[in-house]
Amino acid sequence: MVGADTIVKCLEKEGVEVLFGYPGVAICPFFNSILNTDIEAILVRTEQNAAHAANGYARVTGKVGVCVATSGPGATNLITGIATAYADSIPLVCITGQVESSLLGYDTFQEADITGAVESFVKYSYLIRDVKEIPRVFKEAFHIASTGRKGPVLIDIPSDIQRAAVQKFEYPEEVKLRTYKPTVKGHAVQIKKVITELSKAERPIICVGGGVLLSGARKELRAFAHKYNIPVVSTLMGIGAMPTDDELYFGMVGNNGKSYANKAMNESDLLIMIGARVADRAVSQPDLITENKVLVHIDVDPAEIGKQVGPHIPLVGDIKHIFKDFEAESFECNYSDWLNKLNEYKKNAPVRKSPSKDYVDPAVLIGLISDELEDDAIYVADVGQNQMWSCGYYKAKNGRFLTSGGMGTMGYSIPAAMGAKRGNNKKQVVAVCGDGSFQMSMMELATMQQYKIPFKIFVFHNGYLGLVREYQHNAYKANYSVVDLTGSPEFEHIAKAYNMGFMKLSNMDDIEKNVKTILSDDSPMLIEVMIDPMDTVK
Amino acid sequence: MGLCPNINGDIKKMQKVFSLIVDNTSGVLSRISGLFSRRGYNIESITAGVTADPRFTRITIVTNGDEDILDQIEKQVEKLIDVRHIKVLEPDNSVYRELAMVKVRASAEARQGLVAMSDIFRAKIVDVASDSVIIEITGNKAKIEAFINLLCDYEILELARTGIAGLSRGAEDVVYF
Repeated sequence: MVGADTIVKCLEKEGVEVLFGYPGVAICPFFNSILNTDIEAILVRTEQNAAHAANGYARVTGKVGVCVATSGPGATNLITGIATAYADSIPLVCITGQVESSLLGYDTFQEADITGAVESFVKYSYLIRDVKEIPRVFKEAFHIASTGRKGPVLIDIPSDIQRAAVQKFEYPEEVKLRTYKPTVKGHAVQIKKVITELSKAERPIICVGGGVLLSGARKELRAFAHKYNIPVVSTLMGIGAMPTDDELYFGMVGNNGKSYANKAMNESDLLIMIGARVADRAVSQPDLITENKVLVHIDVDPAEIGKQVGPHIPLVGDIKHIFKDFEAESFECNYSDWLNKLNEYKKNAPVRKSPSKDYVDPAVLIGLISDELEDDAIYVADVGQNQMWSCGYYKAKNGRFLTSGGMGTMGYSIPAAMGAKRGNNKKQVVAVCGDGSFQMSMMELATMQQYKIPFKIFVFHNGYLGLVREYQHNAYKANYSVVDLTGSPEFEHIAKAYNMGFMKLSNMDDIEKNVKTILSDDSPMLIEVMIDPMDTVK
Repeated sequence: MGLCPNINGDIKKMQKVFSLIVDNTSGVLSRISGLFSRRGYNIESITAGVTADPRFTRITIVTNGDEDILDQIEKQVEKLIDVRHIKVLEPDNSVYRELAMVKVRASAEARQGLVAMSDIFRAKIVDVASDSVIIEITGNKAKIEAFINLLCDYEILELARTGIAGLSRGAEDVVYF
């Protein structure tokens, strides 16, 4: 038995069933050992997508996603994917091969100081120096990645350590990390204070972020909101926590959100932020959300509380656990006037103007896709105008909405959809991207076909990097610079080259029937959607 | 509590001294300094040295910022997995020391004055050459700065300061692992 065999045994002990990777010399001992197990190793077409696929997998399964790359360029290619996971608190264990221990520090071929390079994007990182450390390091890495505020952990393993002989394998029963003890249970006094504020409030609002989904507290949130009729808004990462058509849900906040969602937040007298970090895109002026209101901030990470804005009632703990404590309390309330007012705002909200009839209206199309999707389907949005349309017009039911929120990484949707589909083969998956973001990861169509991971890809084709173009339109007086995507391939030929189904939606004719046809089966398919190049998000 | 106006007398910006016990592993200092640089926190000085228990290193960091920033620094540092313990060294309840070595140009005639001045500050002359001396001084920041200011009448050739190391007084808040 060698070090690489023990790595594989560690992964088995952690219940890993699939990993996404790309081999190279420095990680070859590991890829040699992986053949002796049932763990499936999926060859992506560039390392960044291994991290995105592990990200999508982790988000739908609730497990830790695993990606593997070789030393040097393999490891550095992972960085964008790791940073994407870090920004959205997605649990990953990223394994990189490294040059031989004795050659470290000599600028050896394919040597990169990857633990140094990813320092600011990981929850923790390890460079293994002794083969005996492998079981402890893996036990710790999976624990750190999946507890508290989740996030990526990187393990860098020199090739000689992977090849070193090991007498016997023993996996630790528990981790010994004396200083790493995330708070799970919320403080009882603080919980009582929140309940007291709710009973006093006239205009309460709950703003949910990605933390609610990461904690698996969606059911608890919905039950709590409905028990007391408390209205809910969400951040971009919180989309899907509430069903879109829920009478208590008032949309996404922020500069690309719904006007009535922002109004609801601003006019409330009690704002309860749950698992949301008050990021700049959600709350452009943090000072305003404490004005004339009581702010409650609930998060598992104590450092998030008070980072942007000082709450009146901070509450640290795991959200699911805190909801259970809320459940045990009861109070009298009646927010019907407030709900009537919010419904009034919603009814009178400005309607998006329909774009030119010669093209597909993305808002309408996204609505139709949502209607047609199965109840628990997974919708993966990329980054750009397509993402803003998805956030605005996707109708959440009991499925999941995945997108790169914090980092806004273009090219996320296809590999993440791949990981999500592999994590749950029975669920229907769609990826929605732009013609820019599609071209950032279209090489993964090969991976989809090789490993039979089918899903539908909608490419919004407007020939521009739309969101940048829109920004240049507003901020630079329509002086468009380096946003024209002329030279893009014929998407039909791409689909044909990869042996996939294809359909082109040129305008609104028969759109309903076409969406039905597209989503009627589970075969891989590329759908080109013609969008007015000058269309804007609002 | 634990805040004192910094030298510029800026009321909002306060100085704070943190004492950390961290795992004595490779890369731990870069993890901490990296956190300060990427989040834009100031480090006035940082010192590190192994403790009586070789598994741990004590790091003393002098930093400044407004109250919100200092609060964030404490939370973010505490979040690092290698950090076992963090505490604030309150000025009223702690002892800080810094060591400085100053190389001063000194002819044979000038030496006498330097010796007298060093005596007053309980500094030591640790090296004498034909045209220079090295003086070693230990004390708090104010004392060292006062001494260096007086030396400006001479020509300071080289100066090395360690940054402060500190401990809280008494045995009440000692942490055992």
